[in-house]
Formats: sequence, structure tokens, C-alpha cells
Amino acid sequence: MTVPAIELIGISKAFGPVQANKDISIRVMPGTIHGIIGENGAGKSTLMSILYGFYKADSGEVFIHGKKARITDSHSAIAAGIGMVFQHFKLVDNFTVLENVILGAEDGAPLRPSLAKARRILTELEREYELHVDPDALISDLGVGKQQRVEILKALYRQAEVLILDEPTGVLTPSEADQLFRILARLREEGKTIIFITHKLREIMEITDTVSVMRRGEMTATVRTEDTSPEQLAELMVGRKVLLRVTKTPARPGPPVLAVEDLRVTDSTGVERLKGVSFTVHAGEVLGIAGVTGNGQSELLEVLGGMQLATGLISLHGQPLDISGKYANGRARRNDGIGHVPEDRQRRGLILEFTAWENMAFGYHHDPAYQTNRLLMNNAAMRRDTAAQMGRFDVRPPDPDLLARNFSGGNQQKLVVAREIERNPDVLLIGQPTRGVDIGAIEFIHQQIIALRDMGKAILLVSVELDEIMALSDRIAVMCDGQIMGERLPDASDETELGLMMAGVKGKAA
Amino acid sequence: MDFTTLIQLLDSTIRSATPLLLACLAGLYSERSGIFDIGLEGKMLAAAFFSAAVAFLSGSAWIGLAAGIASSVTLALIHALASINFRGNQLISGVAINFLAAGMTVLVAEAWFSQGGRTPSLVGLARFEPIKLPFADQVAEFPFLGPIYAELLSGHSILVYVALAMVPMTWWVLYRSRFGLRLRAVGEAPEAVDTAGVSVIRLRYQAVIICGVLCGIAGAYMATGLQANFTKDMTANRGFIALAALIFAKWRPWHALMACLLFGFLFAIETRFQKIDLLGVTLPLQFVQALPYVLTVVILAGFVGRATPPRAGGEPYVKER
Repeated sequence: MTVPAIELIGISKAFGPVQANKDISIRVMPGTIHGIIGENGAGKSTLMSILYGFYKADSGEVFIHGKKARITDSHSAIAAGIGMVFQHFKLVDNFTVLENVILGAEDGAPLRPSLAKARRILTELEREYELHVDPDALISDLGVGKQQRVEILKALYRQAEVLILDEPTGVLTPSEADQLFRILARLREEGKTIIFITHKLREIMEITDTVSVMRRGEMTATVRTEDTSPEQLAELMVGRKVLLRVTKTPARPGPPVLAVEDLRVTDSTGVERLKGVSFTVHAGEVLGIAGVTGNGQSELLEVLGGMQLATGLISLHGQPLDISGKYANGRARRNDGIGHVPEDRQRRGLILEFTAWENMAFGYHHDPAYQTNRLLMNNAAMRRDTAAQMGRFDVRPPDPDLLARNFSGGNQQKLVVAREIERNPDVLLIGQPTRGVDIGAIEFIHQQIIALRDMGKAILLVSVELDEIMALSDRIAVMCDGQIMGERLPDASDETELGLMMAGVKGKAA
Repeated sequence: MDFTTLIQLLDSTIRSATPLLLACLAGLYSERSGIFDIGLEGKMLAAAFFSAAVAFLSGSAWIGLAAGIASSVTLALIHALASINFRGNQLISGVAINFLAAGMTVLVAEAWFSQGGRTPSLVGLARFEPIKLPFADQVAEFPFLGPIYAELLSGHSILVYVALAMVPMTWWVLYRSRFGLRLRAVGEAPEAVDTAGVSVIRLRYQAVIICGVLCGIAGAYMATGLQANFTKDMTANRGFIALAALIFAKWRPWHALMACLLFGFLFAIETRFQKIDLLGVTLPLQFVQALPYVLTVVILAGFVGRATPPRAGGEPYVKER
């Protein structure tokens, strides 16, 4: 039997009262792609950061190629042949590719010889693995796909035998992800060992040889990928059976509710973020906006939600809304019947240091039902409403006096969604509804969105998760570089076509 | 203005620019590593006092210099401890160091020498005397170039040449050496340095210590080279002007030299002329004296274009969680 490239035995790690890793053991065989899957907060990244020496384990042992290794910091991990590509890249933006590659791995005090050597080795690596990047380009001028390659090159330059990738596809377009998968397959052919962390079942099935499942800091199973199924993995991740597909009936769209024409936004640095966006959302339908992060979707939501000024026209039931004057604010929008679940719930959707009931009243605290008299607010009424909403949306724990910070990501999101949906808006704007939310809560939130649609409301869904867009939308608009590249029906399109549109290739008219 | 006056003015410019340049380069190392330092002033002041006091007691300017550097490095280490290990606010720590130095120097001076918070005048070897560059006398009579060499370039104390030599050296270290690469990286993206297996804390300590050494030389030069004793608040906010010059130079060594020479020139005008006649209007002395400070305000108010400080500047490094 071959010796495992990496063997972890009994790893435990706590951050204060939170036990991030509990007695975890795992064996990774050389020359394989080993997936680690689990929900957000399951402890995947913590485990790998321990292997890379970024965190210190409270207990446990690490064996590399059968030999016990003492990994005290990243330096010793690199020396042991481990490389890691973090979810958030660790690159110096105003350095060139070459400078980033040699940082920390220079050969001597003068830089010139190291730079020359790195240039030579990069050319070799490029030939070997088809990893092309211009060595003299500044990192800030490169797209995320290229930046990720630089991270891989950094690891290979340090002669990593084991490469850890933490949620590598989160920032990539589908075609960039495919390229990444080709590179990984090539690395495996060359005998490298790859540990691939993700929460996406599809990627696990597509690329890995073996998969380990983590739940709440524990390793629940390790299986061969060909012997398992997405359904089984999902059950292992959540601990109960989950529906992966959203069940919904075909939409019965009514009259147009929200119409947007030639919307334009220029940010403070003079860059045009929205370049003439137009679309219509009808009653009883979900319009999904697909796109890679940072292509104007956030600005679109902010303008519609009254948080940013713009030019153009937004009309609700045929009446134009104020988008550049004194009624272009969140309160006016809510009065008009537009609910808004912001993309970043921790910064925009909630005040983390405030209690659940205070958060549930925000935005609607002018409601006459919440006033005792002209001076005092009726806190008891707010608490009562919050308790009722928490019950209906299955928020755990159902304690209105708990600080928002102390709920899990999924429950925080349920609070925000409950607040907006319970107000019975005509239009619901919802951004990244399931980002950082566990599978169980995703299922619930998706059902709520569909239920609201079936009540005849207009829903604008913005998400960077293409799977989510495909599952929920009745129509899909793809955004790239501040423009709508085109609209598609989910049944009449596929991920390849949408991926191309997300990358800026104009599709043919639907 | 004749040629001789101009040479004298520029000669004075170099003298005035020297402490600024040393402090500016000191700030450059610290800030490039991500540690903002408004305590340059305090470190210079402490170094000025201890170098003058020890030079007087020992009779050696060199021992004085060593004492000045030691005092400045001590303060730098306090700043490092507060801002690197304890993740304190770097501005507050810097302000505290300035207060500490301003009070302590006068207090200790009074306790040791009882001369109203100043040190006794330094004579002989206790001062850094001007040194004559080779052949200065021989070429002095040579027209034009002669005086430039003999008067302008020659005849400064050794510390002036040290300061000037620091400029190309800093440039090389910053852009051509391993340490410089890591230094620039740690000020921009400490997490990149950490994951590359290099200690962020160690790098920042090295940078802050270099900052302390250079501030020490700057202070020592003021008290044992430029002047011949320590007087209360003798650095006269040069530490802050050096910071302005650093921003003006956008954290680059050669630009720092130019910025410091500009400020030095304004100080030189102040020492050389009592009043200035400009197009028939006579500007009073107070106006001339205010010039370097006015320029500082103008620069800091952002009239000289966008200056982007090192991105991680002022932020203590904490591994994400």
C-alpha cells in the first residue's frame, strides 16, 4: 500500500468557545485530487490553514509522506512541500508577477539573480502546465483568473508537491473554472497531490478522486467520488435529507411592475458602473441577474433600493420613481412597496451589535403600529412581531433579545428575509440570498422566494451562483461590465452559453 | 544676489536639509513597512539631547552619537511594541512619544546640568567638526566649479555625507534587495508576506529599528554638528516637516532628497536674510520664518497631487478569522 502524501491524525482547534475542528483525521493519497466538502463554517478552511501553518492546532499530528512533520508556521509548511491558494489571494497588488513569485523565496540579498531565475523557471512551468501569465504584468492589472494562476505558480516555484486550493472557483466565470480544472488535471498527471476545498457538489463530482465531508468541525466521511452521489454528499454535509432542486410550478406572469430604462451610475472615481441598463420585471415572476462579482449588479441593487443616485428611469406600476433627488432613499422605496434584501447582510442588512428585534424593526420603525405616542416607541410591539416572524421563518434560536452577531449566517439571512417578506412588498430585491448560508437554510429561503412569486409579487434576484439563478429564475438577464448582455429563458439556455455572456461575449437575441 | 551669496545660501540649504533628510528616510523605512510614525520628532529630540549630554560628559562626539542613536532606538522600540505586538493605535503611540521626549529631555537636562533645560556648549572633539574634502584648497580658486566644490560640497560634518549617502543606499535596498522587496510587500499586503513564510513582526521590527537609528543620527547632527549644544525643543517640528516631505516624495528616496532640499532651502533663506524684497514689497522676517511651515500645510492639504500611502499603513496585522 502506498504511503499517504498527507496524513492528519486527531487535529483539534478551538477559537475561544467555538470548536472549529474536532479530532479530525484524514489521509490524502499522492497523485490524487482529494476534495473536502462542507458547509460554510464546517471547519474546512481552518483545517487546511493548520496544515499550511497559518494557524496552530491545539492538538493532533501531521505526517507528510509517512514522516511526522512539525508545522509551526507557513515557512515550515512550504519547506515540507505544501503550497496553498487561499480563497482571498495573498498577492501584493502593486508588484509584478515575478516579484510576487519570488517574495519569501529569494536566493540572496540582491534581487537580480532571483528575478532572472524565476523568469526562467516560470517559462518552464508555463510549458509544462499551460499556465501562461506575463511575468512583468502588475497584479492589479490582471483579472482574478490570472491572479489565481500566479498563486498556483507561486506554489509550484516553491516546489510544492501538495497543493491546497480553498474555494478556488468562487471568483471565476464558468469557462475560467473549466480552465482551472484542466490545469489541476494536468498537475495530477505530473504526480502532484491536490486538496480541493469547496461547498459546491458539482465541482466535487467533476474533478475529485476522493472526497471527505465535514460537518460542524467534524469529519463525517471519506469516500471515493465514483462510489457516491450528490444526494448522498448533501445528506452527509447537512445531516439530513435535502432537496437539491427547487420544486416550482411554471410562472404565471402578470402585468409589468418594475421597469428600468437606461440606468446609468458613475462612481466617485469617475468610472461608469452602470452603462444604460434596461429591463422589466412582471408580477409573479423571478428575474435573475447573473454575472461575475463586480460587474454592476451591486450598483443596480443599490440604485433600486434607494441607496445610490443614478440617471435614467425607474418606474413602479407605471409611475416614475425619484432616483436622483430627495426621495431617492431607502425609506421612500419601502413606502412605495419595494423590499430589499441587500447583498452584504452583515454590513447593510443588519447591525450586528444590535438585538434581533431592533434589527427586525429597522427600515419599518416609522410604522404607526410601532409608536406608543409622538415621543416613545412601542418596543413591546416590535418584540412581539419579531417573535412571531422568527417562528414563521424558523429562526434559531427564536430569541428576539439575542444580538444579531450571535446568529449563524443562515439564521441572520432568515432574519433579513423575514423582515422584508413579512411587509408584503410588491417588489422584492434580493441580492446573494444564500451567500454563506448552509444548505438547509438555502432550501428554506428558496422556498420562500418561490412562495412570494406565487403570490403575484415581482422578484429581482441577483446572484453570482449560476446554479441558484438557473434554479429560481423564470427569466435570466446576464450582466457584464455594467451592461445587460442579453436575456434568456432558463430552459432554453445552459451554463456554457450564460458563462460566455458573463465573460462579455454578446449572445444572439433570444 | 551674487555668486558667492548663492553658494552660501545653497551651503546653508544642505546643512538645514540634513536632519530633515535623515528623518524623512527614517520615516520612509517605517512607513514602507506599514508602521506610521509621527514620533520622528520625539525621537530626534531625544537623540539631540542624549548625544549632546553624553558628548559633553565623555568629550567624544562619536560616543554622543552612539548615545543619541540608543535613545532614539529605545523610543522606536516602544512604538514598535505598542503598534506591532499590542496592535495599538500608531498615531496615539507616536504622539505619546513626542510628549515623552519633549518633557523628558528638558527635565533630565535640568537635573544633570542646571542650565535651564539646556546642555553646556560643546567644544573640540565633542562636536562633529567640518571635514575638508581632498584638494578643496587647491581647486578653490578655480572659477565657478572651484567654489562649488570647496565651499558647497566640502566643509560639512561627516554626518551630512552620511545622510547624502543614505539616499542611493536606501534606493538600492528598497528596489534592488531582498529586504526591500519584503519591506515594500509588508507595507502593502502583510498577509502575502506571512503566507510566503516570512515573519511580518520581524520585518516590521527591523524597519522600525532602522527608523530609530536614522532619527538618532538626525538628532545627533542637530545638537553636535549643526549647533553646539541641546536647547529646549530644538528640533522645532522638523520631524513633522520630514513627514510632509515624505508624503510629498510619495515614499520614494530620490524624491525625498529633493523634497528635503526644498524645505532646507526655505530654512536657509530664513537664516540668511532678515527680510526679502520682492517686486518692491518687503516681506517681514516672520513671513520668511513661516515659509517651511506654510509649505508643509500646503503639501499636507493635498495641493501637490494624490499621494497613496502604503496600503497596510497604520493597520496592525491580524491573521484573519
